[in-house]
Amino acid sequence: MSLALFVEQVLNGVQFGVTLFLMAAGLTLVFGVMGLINLAHGSLYMVGAFACAAVAAWSGSFWLGLAASIAAAAAAGAVVEWVVIRRLYDRDHLDQVLATFALILIFSEAMRWLFGPFPLYLDMPGLLSGSVTLPGGIEYPLYRLTIILVGIAVAAGLHLLIARTRIGMRIRAGASDREMVAALGVDIATLYTIIFALGAALAGFAGALVGVNQSVQVGMGEPVLILAFVVIVIGGIGSLKGALVGSLLVGVTDTMGRFLLPQIFSLVMDPSQATTVGAALASMLIYIVMALILAFRPRGLFAVTS
Amino acid sequence: MERERWINIALALLLLAAPLLALAAGEAFYVTLATRVAVLALAAVGLNLALGLGGLVSFGHAAFFGIGGYAAGILAAQEMTAMPPIWIVAALVAGIMAAFIGAVSLRTSGVYFIMITLAFAQMIYYFVISWPAYGGEDGLPLAVRNQFPFVNTLKPLPFFLICYVLLLAGLLLFAWLRDGRFGAALQAARQNETRLAALGVSPFPIRLTAFVLSAMITAVAGALYADLTRFVSPSMLSWHLSGELIVIIILGGTGRLFGPLAGAALFVLMEFLLGSLTERWQFFLGLVLLGTVLFAKGGLIGLIAGKARNG
Amino acid sequence: MAEAVLALSRLVKSFGALKVTDDVTLDLREGEVHALIGPNGAGKSTLIHEIAGGVRPDSGTIHFCGRDIGALDTAARAKLGLARSFQVSSLLPEFSALRNVMLAVQARQGSSFRFGRPVMRDASLIEPAMAMLEKVGLEDRAVIPAAELSHGERRKLEIAMAMGLHPRAFLLDEPMAGMGPEGSKSLTHFLDGLREEAPILLVEHDMDAVFALADRISVLFYGRIIASGPPHEIRKDPEVQRAYLGERA
Repeated sequence: MSLALFVEQVLNGVQFGVTLFLMAAGLTLVFGVMGLINLAHGSLYMVGAFACAAVAAWSGSFWLGLAASIAAAAAAGAVVEWVVIRRLYDRDHLDQVLATFALILIFSEAMRWLFGPFPLYLDMPGLLSGSVTLPGGIEYPLYRLTIILVGIAVAAGLHLLIARTRIGMRIRAGASDREMVAALGVDIATLYTIIFALGAALAGFAGALVGVNQSVQVGMGEPVLILAFVVIVIGGIGSLKGALVGSLLVGVTDTMGRFLLPQIFSLVMDPSQATTVGAALASMLIYIVMALILAFRPRGLFAVTS
Repeated sequence: MERERWINIALALLLLAAPLLALAAGEAFYVTLATRVAVLALAAVGLNLALGLGGLVSFGHAAFFGIGGYAAGILAAQEMTAMPPIWIVAALVAGIMAAFIGAVSLRTSGVYFIMITLAFAQMIYYFVISWPAYGGEDGLPLAVRNQFPFVNTLKPLPFFLICYVLLLAGLLLFAWLRDGRFGAALQAARQNETRLAALGVSPFPIRLTAFVLSAMITAVAGALYADLTRFVSPSMLSWHLSGELIVIIILGGTGRLFGPLAGAALFVLMEFLLGSLTERWQFFLGLVLLGTVLFAKGGLIGLIAGKARNG
Repeated sequence: MAEAVLALSRLVKSFGALKVTDDVTLDLREGEVHALIGPNGAGKSTLIHEIAGGVRPDSGTIHFCGRDIGALDTAARAKLGLARSFQVSSLLPEFSALRNVMLAVQARQGSSFRFGRPVMRDASLIEPAMAMLEKVGLEDRAVIPAAELSHGERRKLEIAMAMGLHPRAFLLDEPMAGMGPEGSKSLTHFLDGLREEAPILLVEHDMDAVFALADRISVLFYGRIIASGPPHEIRKDPEVQRAYLGERA
């Protein structure tokens, strides 16, 4: 194993983690502020990917598609919040799970209805194709590197938004004391819609970015959604910092596990067997990590006290 | 209470009558449909123990359903084809897994519990997919249906009857657990865990026991399902199935004895009727489900029999 | 002097910079009512939590019936015979009044892992539970779900559940809260008899009740016990008057 390959895998892990963060950030914000568990978050990811693929195919511009993905996911999020989600804030988690599970069924069928049963494909924008040479002479795809940088920028932006701006102040206040904020004359309902749409936009954005490397199809949001759950459980539900750390941890652990475990097992068993055992164990690795973390910190690494 | 009892008896008789009428009319297909109802209902009876009585919203019961299915499939592949031992193995393996999963996830509550059970089920799902020995992603066919002493399980009606009897046994077990002291403590843990602890009963071991028993019942249903479809696939372990089991319970009425049967019947009928009307049946299932959650709490049993009463 | 059933020694608990329990030493003896009073925010609730096991003190010891219970959780302490009632009624809302008390009886018998016989046909649970309901005067409301009981009835049910445990000490957290004058009076009378069953550590704001019931009174002020003694001494204590009247007048 060369060092270059190792570094490349680490970067792949970080890139994976960054896309997970885009998903997890919305989930954790919505839970932290509104106390809502949203299974349909993966559907918004899917909506973003489809919007990007459709608009990019129609206009020939990836960038227009990317803008469309954010707009479509945010709009879908706002509508869903307005029609369904706001009726769920005062309900128990079971009702929230069921209603948002129902939304998944509705969204998935609706997408199949609109776009047919076949996957769509997104072409990589010309500007970002090819690869760059990193210090140390490591070749790395420019597109993936861009995702990493964009993800870091989004994380920083979110941090500034929450910590520094007026709306961020309201979000923080809304998370700690809803009645108080309402009493101060902030329009809670609108605030919630905005937060939900913001989370949706991030999910849609992630869907579009990932859609370039994978095919765009119904159900694509679900595996990512579950990983995002693992992320926020590890990080501490409601904590943005936890979401970031958890995302990177899950992204890197998963990628490195798939890369390293078969090689490690091949030291002690024959190669085909090592591949099997290594791959099987790698597929379980992040869940084992999650269990270990929870065994010591049941409320995650950056538990939010309430 | 009385009214609910009559409804329960009617439901049980209805499920028994359906395949008999179907056979009389020469429509063997409906026997399979009724069997599907019975098996899904049994799986949901298991979940109802954790979710309905204990308030433990497990979003990972597909894991136990799938474990049951794979127990049947793998044992059958090893020429071990008698049903009762298969059920026992299925229940035991699922029970041990549930003890591990429960030990970690029951340290948390609320949303954490939901997500962690989901994550563990997903772990088992991915393990099965990446482990090629028993079919991996392609699943594992059963050459013939497993056997039960003195019964020709290949015929639809006898196999239905096996499932039906097991469903009734599952319902009896549920009622027995619910009405006893353990059930009282379990329901108390759902209603007010602080109060239960202040009375000197730790909620954790009560919940863990319920979770394990719940998994064992669902696993037996999984084994039956494998025999019903004569095929075990990773989709038995998928989170959609976990969601569907919860849906079945809510449609029928959470915590109600016959809620799982009412819910499973409703679910399978919707799947069948909507499915024959439109390819997009899941879209309408989603709408029905959304409507149920937002406007019809208490489910079908609640709708006909009124609010639940606790002695 | 009778031996102490419950003994707190040098208990300290801080939340950040705030010392909510400051070197508290206190005991409860057989047959007595020991009242714990103090203005709002004095740290009474935290102290109750520390005794019951919901909050770990930073230092100090808690002995119950001669045993150090500092490392035990809430359930284990209750099992040893420490019964508490809650400031805000904490009941099983879906269960009837009778089933609420039956659960206490079942807990006392340590039989929550018994699976067999239905509880509603189990005389060994129903009869003692019914007896407790009669004692607090709720026998007519036995089948009513706890959620549908009136406030006063819920307060009584709390006490019936505590009694159902046959405890060795009662921790009653503001049992009079929200009761009208009539209700308080009859409850005071009732608690006066309850001390026969087990000693009572009583946190209460209703001073009529406190002075009618208490054998001893301890006054908690900003986490510290500023006075402790029989009621007539406490009434005269200048520091108490300053703390109390200064705060409440």
